[in-house]
Order: sequence, then structure tokens, then C-alpha cells
Amino acid sequence: MEVNVSPHIRSDWDVRKIMLCVVLALIPSAIAGVYYFGYYALMIIVLSILSAQITELIGFKLMGKPVEFDGSAIVTGLILALILPPSVPLWIPVVGSAFAIAFFKLLFGGLGKNIFNPAAGGRVFLLLSFGAVMTSFPAPRGQSAAASTAASTAATTAATTAATTAASPLASSAAYSYMDLFLGRIPGSLGETCKLAILIGGIILIALGLIDYMVPLVYALTCIIISFAAGADPLYHLLSGGLLFAAFFMATDYVTTPITREGRIVFAIGLGILTMATRLLTGVESISYMILFMNGLVPIIDRFIIPRSFGEPKKVKVGGKKNEQ
Amino acid sequence: MRGVHVQHNKLNEALARPALPQRVIIPLHQHTGAPAEAVVQKGDEVKAGQLIGQAKGYVSANIHASICGTVKDIKEFYIPTGIKTKCVVIESNGKEEKSFMDSLPESAAREELLARIKDAGIVGMGGAQFPTHVKLDAKKPIDTLIINGSECEPFVTSDDRLMIEHIDEVIQGARIAMKILGVKKAIFAIENNKKEAIEKVKQGDIEVRVLRSVYPQGAEKTLIYNVLKRVVPMGGLPLDVGVVVHNVATLKAIRDACYEGKPLIERVVTVTGSVKEPKNLVVPIGTEFSYLIDNCGGVSEELAKVINGGPMMGIAQPSLDVPVIKGTNCVLAMGKSMVKRYEEKDCIRCSKCVSVCPQNLLPTTIALYAKNKKYDECERLSVMNCVECGCCSYVCPARIPIVQYAKLAKAEVIAKGRR
Repeated sequence: MEVNVSPHIRSDWDVRKIMLCVVLALIPSAIAGVYYFGYYALMIIVLSILSAQITELIGFKLMGKPVEFDGSAIVTGLILALILPPSVPLWIPVVGSAFAIAFFKLLFGGLGKNIFNPAAGGRVFLLLSFGAVMTSFPAPRGQSAAASTAASTAATTAATTAATTAASPLASSAAYSYMDLFLGRIPGSLGETCKLAILIGGIILIALGLIDYMVPLVYALTCIIISFAAGADPLYHLLSGGLLFAAFFMATDYVTTPITREGRIVFAIGLGILTMATRLLTGVESISYMILFMNGLVPIIDRFIIPRSFGEPKKVKVGGKKNEQ
Repeated sequence: MRGVHVQHNKLNEALARPALPQRVIIPLHQHTGAPAEAVVQKGDEVKAGQLIGQAKGYVSANIHASICGTVKDIKEFYIPTGIKTKCVVIESNGKEEKSFMDSLPESAAREELLARIKDAGIVGMGGAQFPTHVKLDAKKPIDTLIINGSECEPFVTSDDRLMIEHIDEVIQGARIAMKILGVKKAIFAIENNKKEAIEKVKQGDIEVRVLRSVYPQGAEKTLIYNVLKRVVPMGGLPLDVGVVVHNVATLKAIRDACYEGKPLIERVVTVTGSVKEPKNLVVPIGTEFSYLIDNCGGVSEELAKVINGGPMMGIAQPSLDVPVIKGTNCVLAMGKSMVKRYEEKDCIRCSKCVSVCPQNLLPTTIALYAKNKKYDECERLSVMNCVECGCCSYVCPARIPIVQYAKLAKAEVIAKGRR
């Protein structure tokens, strides 16, 4: 007889199943991206995923680790594709994903050890290296006439001031209706424009118990409060740029966010403040940078926020250490 | 509340009484505290209910013969708690003679009842096997008795059947416990997946609290919080918040000891899993697991594991030769198809373990420190508050045996305290 420690049954949710469900939740956004930006968008997605997965396999070989498909590279590749402009040359997703996996994931020790969100890291790397192609956004299918005029002006402005002015809908303010913003009839990153698709994916993740709904909720609320206080249009900000996509798919990444709910709330508030501060003060969309910045704070958040265990007496914890009485 | 939703797999078969086994192996140490001392010798004739092991000290329990026959041997065996201890082997002589105590009247005094419970060798039958007379002789003021009928472990239905078929006895037992504790209030706590038992329990005059079916609902501290919203302090006992919790099987045993003079010599065991006919069997303490499985039509496939208790906290047994002890509420036979092998991977920080921990600990961080032998850090993270329910290991997608690391850390912290 086999003798080992309890529990003798386990949940059937393993890493691979979780990752595949995250992929499932991203599919609505991918479909929306392909609908608005055509088959070229599909090419970007496929290449990005392939590059991520192949880089990981090569990495495992080089590191002498057993080769396995846990699905996490697919998630990274897919997320990176969805936050790229839909008109980038096809080598961009290939280089970006390879860099994201190799530098931001494998060099840290692989899944679970990476401090920074690999997809956000990959995007920032591309933005710094190839600014021009990373900041021009084509018009989507079905964009209304008035809006496209406004957008093309915006695009010209964007092109001239390439590196500083980023994601488009912010630049060309009130030219779009809320419905355009919600359905994605706006220029923008491949999977970030259609908020409907993002919400469907987000609801899937919450319903499956895979993400903590507090993260998107607190993040969104923080952004709403700040834009309201600053006299900006909260709804417009909420539906613009990469905010919602980041809220559901990047600020909820397991590895790079805190393990306690309290910590996650701190993370979400911090991310909200940084997002709105950069938007309002510089007009630049830079959520990926802010995600990386907050990722860097996670070890500190996790060190300081240690919940009081059930029945434990109240004690002040300083620097992660309890005061001796 | 926190905890996990597990597939119940509760078949809830009616109680059945198989023929008495040919031999029983009765451990002298099947309770928390000091082992009992044998008072019989090889070759002695014993009757069912006769004292064969005398409790040594206050925290200990008497041991009685569970069948009539001859003492064949007194030697060490492995028992389901994982220890090797002295056991009295009795071979049946086929007779059904009893050597019970006198029955007490309902008017019996508190001290009389308490002494009877001690004499009858009653221990907590929910698995912890803590001597009941010690628990009932509370040294602090108690205001509430919680009757634990929540039975949250998957597969196990032994308490459920007792509530359905013997509710009157259980409630009589509760009345005795209330008298001894001097409390006016008792609450019957039961999970909402036991519809039939709830109906039965509601016919009595004890307050019933129907709880959600979430594992580990029946864990003492969790139960007290969910029923009374009282928090047992870390390192403390339920009596620190004026509560005593007793399992329904224990209460039935209390009643049988007081009103029938019957010591704790038999119990209900759910025999389930990979057996042809799963059953709830009433068997003498000391019955070998193999006998139970034979009485359930044998195995339905080759066994890979056999568990004393439920699948969440039960202990895997090296063979089927181990005996039923006072805390054996279930024998779970797990065939090859039920046992999966898992490879431990790196933590992906999903924090599922953190969100399910009923004790509000940081299981993954504790496991990481324990893995690196930093037990002081585990202690700082209150590992001693861990109840070892196993929710963390159950949910872990990276298949890290988190609770095993926590148990290791606890043992190391205790060992350090002794040094």
C-alpha cells in the first residue's frame, strides 16, 4: 500500500488548466481584434504565441529543465500580441515575445519566479527600442467618418511626436462616443479596444474563481475617483487606452502581484494612482510601465502585509516582524 | 467562510451489523495522553465490555474487550494513527456474553456521570480521540455545548447515519453532557447537505443550526466561529470562549455508557471507495480493516491506498491488517483509479491557498520557508495556528504538499521549544 500524507484527493485545477482558462478568457478580445483589424491581427497573435512558446522550449533545453507545456508561455504570447498596435511589422511580435520570455521570465528562474510581468516587460522593451512602429495605430473597421478624420489628425500628431505621444484614443479626446469606445470602434492596441470583449473575458475569470474581482474593481474605482477629482471624464478614461485590459489581465497576474487580498488592494490603488497621474500630467498612455513599477513593489507589499491569523492576538507588525511583548 | 468545496461522494448507506470477527486487535494507546496499562494476560478469558487496559493518569482512557474470547497475545502492532503500540489480541470463542456496568438512572449526579464516562473509556470519536471525561470536566465557565454533526469530510457518513437512525440517543447523550457541564444552552450544528438528518434533528427540542457544506466546517475552531461568532484564541481551547464541542458519535457513546452501562467497544465505520458494496458498519473496536472490506463484497479494483478517516485529513495505512480504533469513522479504500500521482512544481503565487486557509495563514510562504529550513520564519507566520485541514494542498495547482511542509515546521518549532 502507498503511504503518504493527506489530503488524499486534490482539486483538478492544475497550472495547465488555469492557463488554458486564461487563454479562453482572452479569446473574445482576440476575436474582436481580428474583427476590427483583419487577418493581419491574427498573424500577429499566432506569431507572438509561437515565438513565446518556442523561446520557452529552447530556454528549458538550455537550462536543462524538463520540457513541459504548462500553457503559461501561450498566455504571455497572447497577452503581448493583444497589447501591440495592430499594424506592427510581423517581426515585432516575434522579437517581443522572445525577449519577454527569455529576459523577463526565464532569466528570473521561470514561471513563478519572475518579478515582472513578462508581457508588460516585452511591450516596454519594444516601445523603447522601436518607438515609431509601436506608436502608430490604424483605424479599425467600421469607424465613423467624423471620428476617422479626428483620428487621422491625431495619428499625424502622433507620428510627428512619435516617442512621447502614445496610445491614440487619449490623444484625440472626445472624438468618440462612449459606444465607439465600448465596442472598440477606435484605433488602439489589438485587443485593448473592444471593452465588451474584455469584460466577457474578465467575467469568465471571475466566475471561474481564477482572479480576485477586487483588483479590477479597486483599480477602476481609483481611476474613476482621480479623474472625477481632476475634472476629467471618468467614463471616458475608463473606456480609453489599455486600462480595462490591464485591470483584468495584467494587474491580476498571479506571479507578479501580491498574495494577500489586502496586498492586492494596495497594488490596485497604487496602479490606479500611477495610471491617472501619467495620463493627466503627461497625456501619455503608459500602463505597462506602471505595471512593471508596481510589480517591483510586490515583494515589499508581501513582506509588510501579513494578515492576522485566526485567533491571533493583536500585535503591531513592523517590517514584517511582530513586536515582542 | 473560507475553506474548499469538495465533491461529497457521500453514499449514506443504512447502518448494518456484520457477524462478529474471529479476532480483534485492541490497541492500548488509541487516545490522546498516556497509554493504558494492560490488566489481562495471555491466555485470559474475557467477555465483551470487560476492562483490559487501565487508564494511566488523568489524560488517558480505559480500554475494554470488544468481543468474548481468549487473549492470544499482547504485542506491538502498527495502528491507524501511525504509531506502533502494544495491542491486546483477542480470539473469539463465538459466545456473545457481556460484561457491562450497571445502568445509571436519569437522576444520576454530575460526578457519577463523569466517573462513568471515564470508566467507559470514551474519547472523541470524530477523529481526535481526546479523552471525553477531561473535556467535560471543564475548569472554566462554559455556557454552550455545540453538538458537532457537520461531518464535512467527503465520503464519510457514519455520523449522518447515527443522526438519522439514533437521534434520540444522541440527544440523550447531549443532555448528559449539558448536565455535567452545567450549561442550559446546546446548539446542534449540521451541514446543509444532510437533509434527512436535519429533519430528524429538528424533531428534538435542541436548537439546530444548519451550516453551509464547506470543508472544514466541522473543525472545532471554525465551527465555533460559524455558530457563535466567537474566536478561540491562538493556542487556546474552546473552553477559553465558554464552549465545548462534542461529536454526535461521542454523545451516543456517552448515553450508552450511562444508560446501558456499555463501555466504548464498538463504533460506526463508513467503508467506502473502491469496495463492491459500500456500507456503514457497526463493528467492535479492534476489527481489522480487511474484515470490513470482506464484508463489503471485497474490493472493486486493485487497491493503491487505504485511509483511516476521510480523504482530506485521514491517515494512509501500510496494510489492511490494522484495526479499527475509537476514532475510525471511515475506512476509505482507494483503488488505483482513485489515486493520482502529482509532481511538485514551483509555486505560481496564485494565492488560492491563502484565500482558502480557514486559519487565515499564508500557507505558500510558510511552505517556502519550511522548504528552506527557516522554521523561525514559519513560527513568525503563526504556523502553530495551522489546523492541518489540508485545504492548501487540495487547491494548490502547482501540487505543492503545502500542509506537509506546515506539519514539518510545526514539529520543528515544538522540538525547538523542548531544547
